[in-house]
Amino acid sequence: MVDLLEFEGKKLFKSYGIEIPSGKLIHSTSDLNDFKEEQVIKAQVPTGHRGVNGGVVKFKNKEEFILAFNKISLLKFNGFKPTAFLVEKAIKHNKELYVALTLDRNNKSPVLLVSSNGGVDIEKIPKSRIKSIDLDIFMGMQEYIKRQALKFIGLDYKYKEQFYALLDSMWKIFTEKDAELVEINPLAVTDTQLIALDSKISIEDDSLFRHEEYKRDEYSSDELEMKAKKKGISFVRLNGNIGLIANGAGLTLATIDQIKLAGGMAGDFLDLGGTDDPARVAEAIELVKDSNPKVLFINIFGGVTKADTVAEGIVQAINKLNITFKIVVRLKGFNEAKGKELLKKNEIDSFTDMGEAIQEVVKLAKYGNSD
Amino acid sequence: MAILIDKDTKVLVQGITGHQGKFHSKAMIDLGTKVVAGVTPGKGGERVNGVRVFDDVKTAVEKTGANASVVFVPALMTRDSVIEAIDAGIKLITIITEHVPFQDMLKINEYAKLKDVKIIGPNCPGLAAPGIGKLGIIPNTILKKGVVGVISRSGTLTYEIVNVITETGLGESTVLGIGGDKVPGLNFIDVLKLFNEDKQTRGIVIVGEIGGNEEEKAADFIRKNVKKPVFAFIDGVYAPPGKRMGHAGAIISGKTGTAKSKLAAFKKANVPVAKTFDELSSLMVKKLG
Repeated sequence: MVDLLEFEGKKLFKSYGIEIPSGKLIHSTSDLNDFKEEQVIKAQVPTGHRGVNGGVVKFKNKEEFILAFNKISLLKFNGFKPTAFLVEKAIKHNKELYVALTLDRNNKSPVLLVSSNGGVDIEKIPKSRIKSIDLDIFMGMQEYIKRQALKFIGLDYKYKEQFYALLDSMWKIFTEKDAELVEINPLAVTDTQLIALDSKISIEDDSLFRHEEYKRDEYSSDELEMKAKKKGISFVRLNGNIGLIANGAGLTLATIDQIKLAGGMAGDFLDLGGTDDPARVAEAIELVKDSNPKVLFINIFGGVTKADTVAEGIVQAINKLNITFKIVVRLKGFNEAKGKELLKKNEIDSFTDMGEAIQEVVKLAKYGNSD
Repeated sequence: MAILIDKDTKVLVQGITGHQGKFHSKAMIDLGTKVVAGVTPGKGGERVNGVRVFDDVKTAVEKTGANASVVFVPALMTRDSVIEAIDAGIKLITIITEHVPFQDMLKINEYAKLKDVKIIGPNCPGLAAPGIGKLGIIPNTILKKGVVGVISRSGTLTYEIVNVITETGLGESTVLGIGGDKVPGLNFIDVLKLFNEDKQTRGIVIVGEIGGNEEEKAADFIRKNVKKPVFAFIDGVYAPPGKRMGHAGAIISGKTGTAKSKLAAFKKANVPVAKTFDELSSLMVKKLG
């Protein structure tokens, strides 16, 4: 998921006709010269809970601005340091609404969420105060849906046209940009207008082939996870001392469970996925090596990824890297015999049964040897 | 009888000239599947594993009578390929491809419903009915014709479990992976209904996963409708919450999608949940052996 920064989302809002406060993106205190009205400075970070953590500060003059800037630029939000700041005119308003479009994972359909209790986290709004309406991907934002939403939030009819146009624009963004989430929280109700005070837009990773403009280096606060992402390897760091490489997300998850049940603890989740390149296997081993495991368990059920490809990769890695920990290999499935033979030639033992292999791995992790 | 396919199923492979298409169409043929045609735009007239390649699905269907399709094309062409197959009258489509955008799947599902087409996947190993054939990539060597129906959200874990079933000697009636994506085609309940009515199937193994609420819905359906013995396995019980681990669907957010809620749902439905493969094996043998 690519989470757009607030200013990027607002740029999209503006181009789709959704009202936003007038503002300016700044990187240093010298970027701002206009102090006529009350304004607000907002850290641009790809994470939530920014407001409660001091990332949004109002100011009335230059002195207050500099104070606010210096404070906010030192903060970190979920590990993210802000690289830019959005300065906007403070908007006087009477009410804050919540409006969002996302995927209803249970009903497998797009869903519109509205509430008149905006300005707080959606999780904090009581369920009875949120209206959710499923939409058909082809039929989209029908009139009756807009009518129901308007009625539920009890918005004055003078805002009707504006509100309907806003919902249409949000639907357009949701579908045209392959968004997983288009959220306005809060949507400010002024005496005459509806204005998006914040924006949260997430674009689906799998759709980036048709949204090149949103391709970017992914953020992660974990250095190894970053490295893995750059290499396109599915890797998540966990707390144990058993390094793990398996193929297929399902089998990798199951291996974590089985290690735990046998009394051990996996140090990572690494799904090799489907590959026929031994170099990729070696790359995965190098990645796990950097997390300093006590023992490495490679669990392969050959299908798309053939067992002999993995064996070749293991041999490559051992020859190239200075590996000081034990490696336990379990090979089954396509080209199993070929893979095992190759490992044997290089003096690496391998198992066929996953349960037996895990017993060995857990013993090694606990005592350093299997005796 | 297996579910969804039989001796008259004639299979078309979309993307047959690609690396995966070539490899897996051969494995399908080896298992006895009637692979009658391949489609790759621009490669019409070629042959892959002895199978004739066509430029478009409509012509392939007209010339060969194909009535099921397996899709190996890249994600960015998947929606188009599947809609093409639906328009050509194919009634069962298995999408092996991973990383298909979820909004493409929403469109595919809606259109398929309208045209009475069944979609399996995406991001799945497909379907295999030992003794008849397969649509997808489940390894031939682990399959054995028998009495257990298997439904799963995973790929390689499914192989692991099929292997366990084969080793008990019980064998499988049909194995079906619905895929690990946010928006799949067929879901657990669709497949449970079919297994419930299938004469060959005497017991059902359901392989669930953390995330979403498919398992809870399935458990509820089993409690109310399924008379055959069902055995469950839940993947990711010890996965930390909030982290996406591979499958887009396998994420715990807030209170939904936890292993705890799934375990409770299966318990309520009187479905035993095996912690290990050995346990699954002995549960099945006790009840069906």
